[in-house]
Order: sequence, then C-alpha cells, then structure tokens
Amino acid sequence: MSRVSTSLIPPQAPPPAPPRPFTAGRFFGNVFMGVWLALTIGIFLMMVEGWDPEKFTRYGPNYLSGLGVTLTLVGLSIVLGAVLSLPLAFARMSKNPVFSWFSYGYVYFFRGTPLLTQLFLIYYGLGSFSTELKAWGLWWFFRDAWNCALLTFTLNTAAYQAEILRGAIESVPRGQHEGAAALGLPKKIAFFKVILPQALIVALRPYGNEIILMIKGSAIVAIITVFDLMGETRRAFSRTFDYQAYLWAALLYLLIVELLRNVWAWLEARLTRHLKR
Amino acid sequence: MSGFFTAIVEAVTAALGIVDPLCGPVGIFTLFAGDTLLACGDTGWGDEIALGFLVTGSLALATLPIGLLFGFFIALAKQSEERSLRLSANIYTTLFRGLPELLTLFIVYYGLQILVQNAATAIGYQGSVEINAFFAGMIALGVVFSAYCSEVLLSAFKAIPRGQYEAGDALGLHRGRTMQRIILPQLIRIALPGLGNLWMALLKDTALVSVIGLPDILRQTGVAARVTKQAFEFYAIACLLFLILAFLSSLIFSSIETWAKRSEAAR
Repeated sequence: MSRVSTSLIPPQAPPPAPPRPFTAGRFFGNVFMGVWLALTIGIFLMMVEGWDPEKFTRYGPNYLSGLGVTLTLVGLSIVLGAVLSLPLAFARMSKNPVFSWFSYGYVYFFRGTPLLTQLFLIYYGLGSFSTELKAWGLWWFFRDAWNCALLTFTLNTAAYQAEILRGAIESVPRGQHEGAAALGLPKKIAFFKVILPQALIVALRPYGNEIILMIKGSAIVAIITVFDLMGETRRAFSRTFDYQAYLWAALLYLLIVELLRNVWAWLEARLTRHLKR
Repeated sequence: MSGFFTAIVEAVTAALGIVDPLCGPVGIFTLFAGDTLLACGDTGWGDEIALGFLVTGSLALATLPIGLLFGFFIALAKQSEERSLRLSANIYTTLFRGLPELLTLFIVYYGLQILVQNAATAIGYQGSVEINAFFAGMIALGVVFSAYCSEVLLSAFKAIPRGQYEAGDALGLHRGRTMQRIILPQLIRIALPGLGNLWMALLKDTALVSVIGLPDILRQTGVAARVTKQAFEFYAIACLLFLILAFLSSLIFSSIETWAKRSEAAR
C-alpha cells in the first residue's frame, strides 16, 4: 500500500530578486545623467535651430585647414622635440656637473613657466630685437608667428620629453646593465639593444600624455595670430557672434584627443603583450 | 556697518602692503629697482606687476578648494556601485580632460555670459551683463582641475586596501567617520605628489585667464611691454615670477609631504 508519487514537482521559478533600494547614489546618478542628457539635447537643438548652411560652407573648410595647422604644428614640434630631448636627457644624467646643471636649469625653466609666457617671450620678446636679428639674417624666421610657435613648442616639449626619457632610462633596473656587461656587450650596443627598448615601453604612456597635452596646449597659438583650429574658431566667432563656433571646435578637439587616446591604449596593449601573465 | 568693513579691508590692504614681496617696504622692486622701469609708484611698472602677482596667486588659491572638493566627489562617484553615477562622472572627466583649457575658458566665459544675459532678459532687466573675468577663470580652471584631480584621487583610493574599510566597519564607525578618520589621512598621503603636479599645472594655466582680460602677471607685463617697447625684459620678468611661484610651491609641498608622513616609521 505504498504510494509512490510518479510525478515530480514542476520546476519552480526562483524567488523574485529583492527590489533595488533607491539609494542616494542612485538618485544623484539619475540626476546627473539627466543633466548630461538635457545638455546634449539642448546643444543639439541649439545647433539645429541655428543651423545655417551658408555659414557651414563658409567656415567649414576653414576649420579643416585650422585642424591641419594644429596637427602639423604639434607633429613637427613633437618630432623635433624628441630629437632635442636626447642630448638633454643624457646631459641631465651625465656626471659632468656643467652639463647636468645646464640641463636641469633648462628643464626647470620650461616646465616651471606657462607655455603662453614662453610663446610671448619668443614672439614679442625676440621681436623687439629686430635690428639685431636682421643683422644676423634671422629675421625671416622670427617674423613669422608660425615659426615662433614651432620653436617655442619644440623647446617646451623637449624639456618634458627629456624628463620622460630620463625617468624611463633610470627605471630600468641595474641588473639589466650588469647583465649586458656580463655578456660582454659594448656599452653602446647594450644601450640600444637592452636598455632603450625596455625604457621606451615605460615611456610609452607618458609620451602619449605629452602628445595630448601638446595638442591641447597648441590652442594658445591663436593668441599670436596663427590660424590653427582655435584661431579659425575665434575668427568665425568674431565674425558671426555665433556660440556654435566654439562648440564645433570643442567637438573636433574632443574627437582628436579621444582618437589618440584609444590608439595609444591599443598600441600599449600591443607592445606590452609579452609582459601579460 | 559699512564703515566697519571698510576698516577691515583697509587694515588687510595695509597688512598686505607691508608683507608685499615685490612692492612693500622690503619688497624686491623697492630695494633693487628704485629708479628703473620696475620702480613702484607712478614712475615704473613695479606696482602694476605686483598687482598681477597677487591676482595670479589669489586666482590659483581660490580655484584650489573648489577643484579639490569637486574632484573628491567625482572620485567617489567614479567608484560608486551605481552605474549611472559612474557613467556621468566619466563623461565629465573625458570632456574636460579632452578639451583645451583655453577653449574651456572661452566656452565658460561666453557661455555664462549668454546664459546670464538670457536669464536677465527673461526677468526684465534691460542692460547688458558682463561676467567677471576672475569668476569665469575660477570656474573654468576649477572644472579642469577637478577633472584631473578626480583621476589622481581615484588611483589613491584604489591604493587603499579593502581591509581598511572593513576595519572601520568592525569598529562600528559610520561610513562618514571611516572616511574621515581612516581613509582620508591615508588618501592625502598617497595623493599628495599627484596633487602637487596638478597645482603646478593650475598655476601655469592661470596665465590663460589674461586672454579674457584679467590683470594677472602676464597681462600686466604685456601691457608694460607694449608701452615701454621692452618686450623681452618684461616677459622675462613674467617668466621669473612664475618660476618663483613654482619654487615656493615646491617648498611648501615638500613640507606638507613631510607633515603628512610624520606618523610613518622612519626608513
């Protein structure tokens, strides 16, 4: 008379998840997201409302050429600065106090003063020596704001890059030097084949930051009448008094910086894949 | 009452006049540049430049607390469990770290002007509104500073082990108390070098505010350079003053760091 149940209990749904508590964090998160959303929609509506195809065809190409000027200026100054930073970094690490102090002073000056002040010092400051510069045959160079901007940026980024390079080279452990010496490698080969590759991996991220800082910093050349992206923006704003001019520039700058940041993150992941565990 | 405030303002001005490092009784310009272009008073540019020095310093000092406070809350938001909060904080930092400081300054300056103008027109005010350059500069630099500051503080937060929070819980402390007594002292110690770099960057960024007309070091020396046609000398003085500020800040920061590390064992 045993009664064995032949049917199983049908599978039951899990108990419902407890409701997420409405915390202060959630409240503020929603509020801030709402603010961002409202801002985005507001700016979008403003752009749609103030949309003027005539302005766009008139100033659009200017923006692109301004972007070209910005990128050329930054690209050139980064490359020239890298060349100049090599001797600076070595002078800084040298045992000769004259070299080391000169390099220290150079780096301190260019890192301790605003880029804008350096730019004025070179463009307006050296411009006041026009008779001497004409006598030396250098006036054609310093007469042009673009050249002065390039010179200032090169000198400035050389100081920053020298510090990056020095930090990276000094971060390579002593054992690497000793290992190379134990293998009987000449100093030069040891440096280029053992030390520098490891140092450059350390330096990769600061180099990326430096390029981004230069792109952002280059906006100030607009003040000394170079028509880069910022300069074209100011020109468009002063002619139309349309606030959109700045928003377009902001969009373009954000685009470049984000693009560069992502490319750099990819590059870093790719170059350090042998260090992943 | 207003007489009382005037008296206070006068007293503070007099006190500042005495300790003024450039144009006071023992100021550099007074002692060494008595009858040159840098003399204080009507004959030289010393007092104008001293004012610029004061404006630059006070702008940076006024921006610092705003930036630190906002940066702290943004760093908290970034490590919150709430997704919307994290996302909105990340949008903020991406935006303001990606924009050039000069552009941020213009957007804030002209944008605020348009906003306030529209608001004033809406409530029936007819005149034109002018935004104070100091205020606009403070907002723009504060926003940029807070974006960078939140990153520094976030990485400092990540360096503090979970066990510290758990210890706070185990002692029965409130979350606010844990933050104040356990986390913050360690946070400051870890974040100080990064914050020092940010302060230097802030000091240099104040030069940008001269573009919208604030009489800071660069603007005052620029005016002097244009009038006297000795551009190189005056811009070199501007550089020198910024270097002095940087040097003073590095001294102050290293003493703060020693103070923050006073409880650590000597190594």
